[in-house]
Amino acid sequence: MFKLFLIFLKIGAFSFGGGYGMIAMVKEECLLNNWLTEDEILEFIGICESTPGPIAVNMATFVGYSQYGFIGSLLATFGVILPAFLIILLIVSILNKLLENKYVSTFLTTIKPAVVGLIIGTAILLFLSIIFSITRIDSSFDFDYQSLIIFSIITLIFLGIKFFFKKKIHPILLIIIGGILGILFNL
Amino acid sequence: MKKYLVLFWTMFKIGLFTFGGGYAMIAIFEHEFVEKKKWLSSDEFLNLVSIAETTPGPIAINASTYIGYRIGKILGSVIATIAMVLPSFIIILLIAIFFNKFMDIKIIQDAFKGIKVVVIFLIISAGIKLLIKLEKNVFNYVVLILTIILMIVFSLFAVNFSAIFYILISGFIGLLILLIKNKKEKKVNKNV
Repeated sequence: MFKLFLIFLKIGAFSFGGGYGMIAMVKEECLLNNWLTEDEILEFIGICESTPGPIAVNMATFVGYSQYGFIGSLLATFGVILPAFLIILLIVSILNKLLENKYVSTFLTTIKPAVVGLIIGTAILLFLSIIFSITRIDSSFDFDYQSLIIFSIITLIFLGIKFFFKKKIHPILLIIIGGILGILFNL
Repeated sequence: MKKYLVLFWTMFKIGLFTFGGGYAMIAIFEHEFVEKKKWLSSDEFLNLVSIAETTPGPIAINASTYIGYRIGKILGSVIATIAMVLPSFIIILLIAIFFNKFMDIKIIQDAFKGIKVVVIFLIISAGIKLLIKLEKNVFNYVVLILTIILMIVFSLFAVNFSAIFYILISGFIGLLILLIKNKKEKKVNKNV
């Protein structure tokens, strides 16, 4: 059981850039330790991506529970969070001093466009994948009208409220509307 | 005391309603902490995103620890992180217990289809908002456009290139430019 904690501690400490990189590591460790079969892992990933919260935490809870029940899920989740928590705590507590350093502040300023680019790039890739099911250059083109209609409705609601009420709709409300639209379209 | 309660409740809410991982969460963080509560400036928020991206671990955890510390030091960061994790922990625990029955429910599958689309919309709007606030200069435009193009091309051709490399390369080019400038200034000073 201690090994479970250590492995998720390692995953938490060495995965950069959020959930998607982490998925590959969790998969590798689960296979290596004979915790889960490949099929089970794929099912887990599907659920973790479609439930709220950080994917890494979801995966840790899931795998931990499958091995040692409640205590297992607690240990794995704690393990995956701990490194991130400690590192950020260290950085914020000395950030103001760090920012006085010309090199650190230059570094932080010049990575900003790359960060914004990553966010926009992610959005474009997801759009291609969900609306046109294009994930690779050779994947067959398949147009998903339903998703495009839901996307348009959401955009119209967002812009309409912004334009007429000079207010911004809360993202959580948009998520709920999206869920309802998904159900209505498939009745 | 009230500050901590608001922090806990806000993080709990975000943890409960964010689907689709870190980038979607960034959109909601921006809405809650920059726009509504004004606890962070837009510039500091970009710092936060950069730091969360370049440090290991889930982006959501990095960001909650950061925001929690800004608002209530160490106690704040502990409260924020626990509040962020709690909803998904409970939900996954329940699903793990009733595993097989859950994904078979058709209405849940349909709802997730709609939710996925909203997640894309949220990420796009977060990207555009940050883009508008980005300082307008040649370096920023070049890096931004190159990052987007390379990311799409690499992904379509299934080339594995971690997100962190774009950030590190961009940062080191920035440092290089600074060093070259420094050298030039020294030369100018010598000539004077």
